[in-house]
Amino acid sequence: MLRTRARLFLGAGLVALVLVAGAAVVALARPTQPVTTAVTIEIHYSHFNPSEIAVPVGVPVTITLRNDDPIDHEWIIGDDAVQQKHRTGTELLHPSIPTEVVIAALSTRTTVVTFAQAGQLKYICHLPGHEAYGMVGVATIR
Amino acid sequence: MRRRLPAAFLGAGLALLVVAGPTLACGGLIGPNGAVNLLRTTTLAAYHEGVEHYVTAFQFQGGGGAFGSITPLPGVPSKVEKGGDWTLQRLIRETNPPVPAALDAVRFEAAGAQVLMTVRIDALDITVLKGGSADVGQWAADHGFRLPPDAPEVLEFYAQRSPIFLAAVFDADAAKARDQAIGDGTPVHITIPTPNPWVPIRILALGKTGADHVDADVYLLTDHAPALLPNPTGANGMRLDNSQQASQSLLDDLRSDRGMEWVPSDGWLTKIAIDANAPQLSYDLAIDASGMGVPSWVQAGLALPNRAIDQLTWLRVVLGAVLAIGVLMLAVAIARAGAARSSASSLTPQG
Repeated sequence: MLRTRARLFLGAGLVALVLVAGAAVVALARPTQPVTTAVTIEIHYSHFNPSEIAVPVGVPVTITLRNDDPIDHEWIIGDDAVQQKHRTGTELLHPSIPTEVVIAALSTRTTVVTFAQAGQLKYICHLPGHEAYGMVGVATIR
Repeated sequence: MRRRLPAAFLGAGLALLVVAGPTLACGGLIGPNGAVNLLRTTTLAAYHEGVEHYVTAFQFQGGGGAFGSITPLPGVPSKVEKGGDWTLQRLIRETNPPVPAALDAVRFEAAGAQVLMTVRIDALDITVLKGGSADVGQWAADHGFRLPPDAPEVLEFYAQRSPIFLAAVFDADAAKARDQAIGDGTPVHITIPTPNPWVPIRILALGKTGADHVDADVYLLTDHAPALLPNPTGANGMRLDNSQQASQSLLDDLRSDRGMEWVPSDGWLTKIAIDANAPQLSYDLAIDASGMGVPSWVQAGLALPNRAIDQLTWLRVVLGAVLAIGVLMLAVAIARAGAARSSASSLTPQG
């Protein structure tokens, strides 16, 4: 009788653990970013969300940038040379080019970018202090 | 008295420094008006007969054009006026403070908020605003100021508890026209009816990075020894430097200053030294001046009013509970199996 009860408890406990493990994996695992031609990036508390995107090479990608913050931000995507230029640059407001977008406070901007090569590029806000605060994301082009 | 005491203590209270000028979309930090730095801040938060008297001073180190700061308030002020000439200096002398250290510049901006009050004090234009973080941010933007990247979160932190902010825009050109020298402070006295006082501390870290240090002195003058939250342990970036019955000479000196006739005949003087790395300052200082000894967790910024738990938090709670039950059942099963084994072996006939 005791053994039967022990087996029952053991079985129930194992089932509970398996359920928890499965649910935890589903709930907490980081989903792989699907490659898409339409991406929305939200900006909240001076962070990009998502901070990782995956986009296709050679086709136009529509990127919607939604700034929920009451301050201006920018989204600049490019290689290290591009980022370094903006990191140390002193030019006033950027002209509107697809890879360099200023998003005013509480506003939304849309840009269309065609990535010519596969690889990874960073997108960064280079307003003073924003990069150091964590406004950095990575685009994987494949 | 003013001449005898150095004005070096300064303090743009809880300043979120604002620098005006054209927005730079690239790495240039400051507009053509140049950099402006705030030094160590000194503040008096006194509480008597249901009214908080908040006295601080704004001072700049250099630069031209306009700059300013924004200070969260626990309630709508009934009066904003020029502070006394020696209140802060007299407090410093009472507690023999260390030499002030530097506190550096930040910027801000806002628009869309409700303007409750505007006051001009010397070269300071003071505006009392009511609104959420977006409103205040919009107001600042409309007035040509730019906030640092942590401002959205910090403003939200305050707006959830008290949507009242005081923006002080320092016109450096006007200061020059008034022959105000670099280093001169402009004291401001804010009178705020409120059930219990609190002092904004987190705002001191606004615009600072993890490596930056914050130094500030906060004086409290209350009818009784106050209960504080968080407790100033030193390890949390707040240190209790003084806690004793206020001397009669101090109270008499304070009462004789401009606008300080409300100072009671006796009181308790507390000095809190803020000596922290910027990331440590994630809280405010809640004060229970009633003598009941129960400062508010909400006012300290350690709990949100009516905090809603999001779905992921609920999921984690449920998973945690199921996990705990599973572990408990396993433990019971193992214990019972062990008991059954020993019971069976004790029943086995011996040789």
